[in-house]
Amino acid sequence: MKHKAFFYLILLVAMVAAPFVFPDFRTQLATLWLMIIVALTWDMTGGQMGYNSLGNITFYGTGMYVAAVITIGLVYDVGDYTGAAGGGIHAFSEAQYFSGMFLGMLGAGLFCAIMAVLIGYITFGLRGPYFAIGTLGVAIATGELVSNWEWVGGGQGIALPVYPGDLDTGKLLFYFLYAGTGVLLFVFLKWLYATRFGGAINAIRDDEEKAEAMGVHTLQYKLATWAMAAFFVGVAGAISAFQLIHFEPLETAYQTINLGIFMVVCVLLGGKGTLWGPVVGAILFHVFKEVTWNYLLGWQWVALGALIVATVVYFEGGVVGWLISKKPQWFHVQGKSSETVSEERP
Amino acid sequence: MSTIIDVQNVSKSFGGVTANRNISLSVKKGAITGLIGPNGSGKTTLFNSIVGYHPIDAGKIQFEGREISKLPVQEIARLGLLRTFQQTRIYAQMHGLDNMLISLPHRKMRFSDAFGRNGAAEYERAEALLEFVGLYEKRFLRAGSLSFGQQKLLEFAMALMNEPTGLLLDEPTAGINPTLINGLIDRLQRANAEFGITLFVIEHNMRVIMNMADQIYCLAHGELLAQGSPDDIQKDQRVIDAYLGAH
Repeated sequence: MKHKAFFYLILLVAMVAAPFVFPDFRTQLATLWLMIIVALTWDMTGGQMGYNSLGNITFYGTGMYVAAVITIGLVYDVGDYTGAAGGGIHAFSEAQYFSGMFLGMLGAGLFCAIMAVLIGYITFGLRGPYFAIGTLGVAIATGELVSNWEWVGGGQGIALPVYPGDLDTGKLLFYFLYAGTGVLLFVFLKWLYATRFGGAINAIRDDEEKAEAMGVHTLQYKLATWAMAAFFVGVAGAISAFQLIHFEPLETAYQTINLGIFMVVCVLLGGKGTLWGPVVGAILFHVFKEVTWNYLLGWQWVALGALIVATVVYFEGGVVGWLISKKPQWFHVQGKSSETVSEERP
Repeated sequence: MSTIIDVQNVSKSFGGVTANRNISLSVKKGAITGLIGPNGSGKTTLFNSIVGYHPIDAGKIQFEGREISKLPVQEIARLGLLRTFQQTRIYAQMHGLDNMLISLPHRKMRFSDAFGRNGAAEYERAEALLEFVGLYEKRFLRAGSLSFGQQKLLEFAMALMNEPTGLLLDEPTAGINPTLINGLIDRLQRANAEFGITLFVIEHNMRVIMNMADQIYCLAHGELLAQGSPDDIQKDQRVIDAYLGAH
């Protein structure tokens, strides 16, 4: 137990120190935390519950828009603001900016959670690949709808006020918003997976029909899980909206082929259905992406494709899954080896 | 003894195949009731109808005096009527103890209870039941790596963990080592006597069912062929003919 506490303390220190040790990489580090958040939330349904969603990006995009509408709507008429397209003078005071940011993040999270329950009520009737395609359809459709909605700027997107302080402090703020959300999410999941709730969604993953036959409220669990995931994705989207300042619907907000797929790749790479897998995967993926996008430009998508193929074919359980199979005693798993592992009991 | 499961004139067909035709039977509370019949005679279909796997075409099914023929699987399970599967179903990626803990009776839980952890009492109960079916030593093994017979025992223990009032067992001894079958009969009888669970058992092993059941129903070609005590059934010429293939 002592070792564990020490290990987490070191990680926490590293998380706080990172943007100061590598001041030039603040934006990349912030994006890394975004990857960790979307990977962890994707794994809640994809890994722990066995429902592979390709539509979680819907909540990212919606989170962005909800945050923007709340921030602008608190001060101006949203239609006027987007109609002016930068032509009018719409100033925001510091207080207006930060209250918009706070309420925007909260509102985005809650809005997305409710949205997940409503969408989930329909899509959770689908199983396996049908669920994946169904949710992808939801993401694409939502993006198209928003891009045709002039009130929020249509295809041109929407612009938020710029951070009122100096640029470097702004970068620090966004880093810590992402990192704080990520740490909160990790701690939340660590707790959640240890409760009966975690057991129930694992049961749904292993055999949903059996869980039904045992009287588990499967639909409630599925909706609750997706709503929790959507909450955090929505918050991450809201932070992105303030970080990017200007965003448009199809390429930035509802970016199904970029972040929407990246989050899945992160989890596959790190290890599905484990707490650490998505974190490890997000770090590896982000490094891989930054390196190939910088040094293999033109071939970066090919490299990414090769990585996905290699992961799926050779590392089915991802990095963490591979480690568990090699060193089961590290993870309190009793595998094929006959040694007895003492499990923790309350 | 009062009736706990009451099946009245139930019919079920799949396309042109009539799996159950006009079946009426009743399971007495606290007893062990057997359901036998040649392969394809509609036993599992009848089980599926009772626990709500598919809608029935005609008839009525009551559990503890309550109409359940229109309820979905989960709700029937939460009333305390549970079934095990012919093709064993357990949560393969989790170890045995976790399988047990997930099987805690959800009908006795509020949704907020899901956010609590299992306490020492739940662990003790789970371990006691694993001990009861003889899987205590293997409780930390991945359930999917257990042998078919062991999975069957695990599934039985999971059902007991759920504290049902009625338990429908679909071929509990199929795939189990013959030397273990006596132990299993003993456990089924103890589950019935000590925990007060009404058992309704599909079984092909005549030695098992004749030893255990108080009352036996025999199906053939989707219809109820005979009913009575084990002795009556064994002497019934129609039952013998059905099994030997005479028409």
